[in-house]
Amino acid sequence: MNSELFGILFTFAATLAIAIPLGKYIGKVYTGERTLLDPVFGPIEKYFFRWSGIDPTQEMDWKQNLIALLTINFIWFILAMCILMNQGWLPWNPDHNPSMSPDLAFNTAISFLVNCNLQHYSGETGATYLSQLFCFMFLHFVSASTGMAALAVVFNAMKAHTTSQIGNFYHYFVKSNTRILLPLSIIVALLLVISGAPMNPEGKETLVTLQGDTVQVSRGPAAALIAIKHIGTNGGGYFGANSAHPLENPNYFTNVVELIAQTIIPIAMIFALGHFLKRRKLAWMIFGVMTIGFLMLVIPTVYYEMQGNPAIEKMGVDVHAGAMEGKEVRFGSASSGYWSIITTIISTGSVNAMLDSTMPISGLNQMLGMMVNCFYGGCGVGILNFYVFIIIAVFISGLMVGRTPEFMGKKIEGKEMKIAMVIALLHPLLILAGTALASYQFTKDPNVGWLNNPGFHGFSEMLYEFTSSAANNGSGFEGLGDNNLFWNISTGIVLILSRFLPIIGPVAIAGILAKKKYIPESAGTLKTDTATFGIMVFAVILVVALLSFFPALALGPIAEYFSLY
Amino acid sequence: MKTNLFPALKLTLLSIVLFVVIYASLIGGAAYFIAPNHGRGEVILKNGKLIGFANVGQMFSKDEYFWSRPSTVNYNAAGSAGSNKGPSNEEYLLTIQARIDTFMTHNPGVKKHEIPVDMITASGSGLDPHISPQAARIQVSRIARTRKITQEKILTLVDSLTEKPWLGIMGTSRVNVLRLNLALDELR
Repeated sequence: MNSELFGILFTFAATLAIAIPLGKYIGKVYTGERTLLDPVFGPIEKYFFRWSGIDPTQEMDWKQNLIALLTINFIWFILAMCILMNQGWLPWNPDHNPSMSPDLAFNTAISFLVNCNLQHYSGETGATYLSQLFCFMFLHFVSASTGMAALAVVFNAMKAHTTSQIGNFYHYFVKSNTRILLPLSIIVALLLVISGAPMNPEGKETLVTLQGDTVQVSRGPAAALIAIKHIGTNGGGYFGANSAHPLENPNYFTNVVELIAQTIIPIAMIFALGHFLKRRKLAWMIFGVMTIGFLMLVIPTVYYEMQGNPAIEKMGVDVHAGAMEGKEVRFGSASSGYWSIITTIISTGSVNAMLDSTMPISGLNQMLGMMVNCFYGGCGVGILNFYVFIIIAVFISGLMVGRTPEFMGKKIEGKEMKIAMVIALLHPLLILAGTALASYQFTKDPNVGWLNNPGFHGFSEMLYEFTSSAANNGSGFEGLGDNNLFWNISTGIVLILSRFLPIIGPVAIAGILAKKKYIPESAGTLKTDTATFGIMVFAVILVVALLSFFPALALGPIAEYFSLY
Repeated sequence: MKTNLFPALKLTLLSIVLFVVIYASLIGGAAYFIAPNHGRGEVILKNGKLIGFANVGQMFSKDEYFWSRPSTVNYNAAGSAGSNKGPSNEEYLLTIQARIDTFMTHNPGVKKHEIPVDMITASGSGLDPHISPQAARIQVSRIARTRKITQEKILTLVDSLTEKPWLGIMGTSRVNVLRLNLALDELR
């Protein structure tokens, strides 16, 4: 078989082989069962709670949990703004990079806070070693564990019977960091440094090349950050070219490691749910729906990337290596196509090839991945988004068959449905309104210099940027000139809304449901862990995505497809 | 809000200590002992002098060297970027055509359908250290002519420096251009 295809099949198989047992482990961590790492991290966690004055056993209701979450996030935002606007004169800046402008700092701080990492700067010239570690790497950890802790609160609420107390956010937050993110990051970082990713404190190296040119080579404390950037589905890279950079992703082995690293927690969270709720069939139903969605996006993408650009083929050269513009020889077109979908269905947004140069169908699928945003999805938040679709599907199918809509023994009523609908519709609203505003600005002043490509593809660049912001993804059609007031502020606002409302909504729904009376399952209950219900959820996701986004996609990637083929 | 403020501040401080200071020191320390060149990036020396990083590509445009792929940042690794040109961009397609023409002028005898696509497209980082084996092979006759060495000798060199897919079965075959050109200088 083709070695490039075999490489991605192996990667996916290895991902599942790690993620499924990891899910059981995560479930154990959240239920508080004994695990192997207890003797190492137990004392550290105790110290964390004692010194911070937090009682991890004190349960809170959904509002208290959300206030705790929002307060600590606000502190991180202030911290990040302070570092970024002053990094120029703060210590550990060997390359003498400048401080960020207020609008860029705002966008960057928000974007790392919400697990998005849009990166309107370039790592080599726009950040210092201090901000890379104390701002970006710190937020890589805590933004991922915020999402995971919110999901753990929802798990707890789903299990609860007639109570308003649904667990302690701080407890889950600390444990997500110490028991899950930190150990996994250490393993990945060690694999990266062995393979040649740098982890050094000195600044750039200047050298004269073999041919006689004088160049500089940026380095720095990269490996530790690259590990958590993938484990936490953050995606904010150390270097400007992200994981396409040969120091950030030196060879095919590290490419496989980084691919696995970013996919395991989102998949593991599904099985953690199964273990936590003792509902393994429900977990397999969710996994099935998400995997079918993933395959529908990844197969055509890999196909078109391996086929290559028809416009270049017409010139008569050999394109059997695929669409190599923006791609690295050591990864090849198949693995780059696979990465482009992995990174967009979960909310990583790191890239090992430039997405702006991928084929129209690939760009379409990358955007669809983010528009749906729950085929696996980001650390924790993927299942929160999926939970909203489950609620909607339960309600609709309940109406269709004339049964009371129930999920996990709780009645779904008007209030929960309203919250679910607002959250489901907020996503298309932010994307489409943002793109419309940008298109209006652009048509008013076509010389504004935003777009790197004319025509349909230029429109796709703007649509992609808002989709990526609203999905908290962080990848981009990077040709877009986005470091300016309009893009920094507009995407910054979209980022805040699209991060915190989709966390608040599901936590609120779960909190309200937890308070209700538990109705034991009977013959009249709509079963939610069956293939039939899986198809129903899939249909709901498909209908919402297509109805909302088809017109915009038709103007961008679909139109480009027909102009090219 | 107030009941959460101080616990949150303290928790933030502790998190910075554990997840930034301790974690980064641990990885940095480990890198010093187990990573190539103590975690400072694997380097290539020539007569004891630093000539380049093994994983970072260099610009080669002279006829006597194997060329690297086109680059948006001219292989200056103080930055990194791809072209971000869309597949249907007319201006971009003219650039591609120009690269094909340049290549054919410098390599007479090479047929157009032999030019692999990686030789005329820019990489994602602008620092790609590799070219495909085919991209190396079609440059052999030019180099043989310029350097006055037999083609067979150079072809053997290309084959010996061709890196196989990972574990022999996954990914692509490729040639590190800097290593190849260094070996070429030794050849004569």
